[in-house]
Amino acid sequence: MAETVLRIENVNKSFGGLLALNDINLEIERGKVHAIIGPNGAGKSTLLNVCVGLLAPDTGEVTFNGGEKIIGKKPHQINQIGLTRVFQTPEIFPDLSLLENVMLPALSKRDGSYKMSIFKSLSDEEEIENEAIGALETIGMLDRKDTIASSLSRGDKRRLELAMCLVQKPELLLLDEPTAGMARHDTNQTIELLKQIKEGGMTKIIIEHDMHVVFSVADKISVLARGAIIATGTPDEIKANPLVREAYLGGAEL
Amino acid sequence: MLIFTAAVLSMPIWLDPIGANYPDLLQKFAIFGIFAIGYNILFGLTGYLSFGHAVFLGVGSYTAVWSFKLLTMNVIPAMFFSILMAGIIAAGIGYVSLRRSGIYFSILTLAFAQMFYNLAYSVLMPITNGETGLQLTMHDPRVIDVAFSREVPEGLPSTDFFGISMNGYSGFYFCAVMLILAFFIYLKIFRSPFGMKLKGIKSNQKRMKYIGSDTRPYLITAFVISGMFAGLAGSLMAVTDPLAGAERMQWTASGEVILMTILGGVGTVYGPLLGVGIIKYLENIFSSINESVLNNFFSFMPQWGESLLTSLTMPFVGEGWHLTLGLLFMLIVIFLPGGVMEGLQRIKDSIMNKKNIEESEATAKESSDG
Repeated sequence: MAETVLRIENVNKSFGGLLALNDINLEIERGKVHAIIGPNGAGKSTLLNVCVGLLAPDTGEVTFNGGEKIIGKKPHQINQIGLTRVFQTPEIFPDLSLLENVMLPALSKRDGSYKMSIFKSLSDEEEIENEAIGALETIGMLDRKDTIASSLSRGDKRRLELAMCLVQKPELLLLDEPTAGMARHDTNQTIELLKQIKEGGMTKIIIEHDMHVVFSVADKISVLARGAIIATGTPDEIKANPLVREAYLGGAEL
Repeated sequence: MLIFTAAVLSMPIWLDPIGANYPDLLQKFAIFGIFAIGYNILFGLTGYLSFGHAVFLGVGSYTAVWSFKLLTMNVIPAMFFSILMAGIIAAGIGYVSLRRSGIYFSILTLAFAQMFYNLAYSVLMPITNGETGLQLTMHDPRVIDVAFSREVPEGLPSTDFFGISMNGYSGFYFCAVMLILAFFIYLKIFRSPFGMKLKGIKSNQKRMKYIGSDTRPYLITAFVISGMFAGLAGSLMAVTDPLAGAERMQWTASGEVILMTILGGVGTVYGPLLGVGIIKYLENIFSSINESVLNNFFSFMPQWGESLLTSLTMPFVGEGWHLTLGLLFMLIVIFLPGGVMEGLQRIKDSIMNKKNIEESEATAKESSDG
């Protein structure tokens, strides 16, 4: 049995009268890509927000690395323990160059939550710069390292955000619909990128609508419907599960 | 940096032709230069628009004058205590104001500034001496001066730096050296990992948090540093003229530094200094131009043209210098949102482009010849 990185136990969350998450239990294994799918309003984003501490659940517990409690921590503290997130709408530094965009997470990772390094010169930070250059190379944007990030296309912004997360070498990476709103060509590029970084052995949780993406990269899939997990298994098991077809596709063949 | 040092120290020479070479104005350039670059650390790097920076200017001035009154006429302790006091008060104001961002932050700082301004006229009267302003008197204790039995001159003593009196040009050179030192620190901050993180906060604070940086202490540090710069500027005002009044803390003074920063170019290294130069020059030179000066200027024209031009330009000079400043500010904000620095950058780019085109044409010609 593989080691568990993230454990979600008996999590309940309701908004007003709506039960968004209904007794969720989930274990994410180290080194695996775990996809969470489900129709709109199934509670996918709520679950992700609970995982990163953005939302406090009504009951239940989320623990990281066998004991560290996630709930109640601030965003920067959650990042410090090794959990990084890609947002649904790309959160990058639009006014800075691509290189600076990737250097900042590397600096932040090294310096911790606060460091007053006023009398240090940026030009001495060769190590950080090399890390950033490496990350830009992974996403194939090294030739544009001096471009200002706001001029990138939507797909490129998302890949840049992915590079910003990868440069921190997190233990667990959460991706919230990494290909939503992308053109087919962009989606394929991102799938290639996700497959490429899969080999690094980093644990990932992916929330995704696009079945093509999910079945190309995921090792394990959980299906959410109306706030409850109705099935968890390998892609083949999920494809064959009649319950999933019913909930997600209204009975159509996958 | 070397060029900057040379440029600042030689200001009396190159400002002479435009009539700006007198110590009073030169000192203002240097002092407001420190104020503006300090402000740019906060506004330019983090994007937090403070409407209350004049408080630190006032605090710096009052502290310096008190140091002159109680301790010594030497300027070093005065400056030290001013920076310290401004830093402490900035930490307090920053701690509260930085709980909010955007317009709410601006309003909070404005509220603090008005509070200090009004306190100076009421509750804090014993410290600020109200409307009269805090002045040196003959019976000030000056314990350190007395302890070292320094000779007391006739009348009121003047501020000094180990014997060098801070009047006239020596006062300017002292301020200039302070400006150079402040600029050095400012440049260091701009080019440090710390400065880059501040830029990250300006660009996307949410992302900054999600990559593991606690943004609040960074913002408070930036606020305190910029408050200390303002405190230094305030103490230099007292050094060159040992008198402190509450009008230094009025919101218009905070507005002025915002104007300077935007005019020159927010977030650029040299922009705020250019803004200071333009505004202080207009304030001091344009406001002193009167009708006879204009008549002289247009005397090459025939009589009717002279009087016509004089009456046309009259509203823009003298008392009307604010009109010129307002028009200039509007033009810059509309056409050059990045301030004067953006204008300079555009000129530079167009020259470079021209050069590149010429070069490529030349090489094209050569290759076709070959």
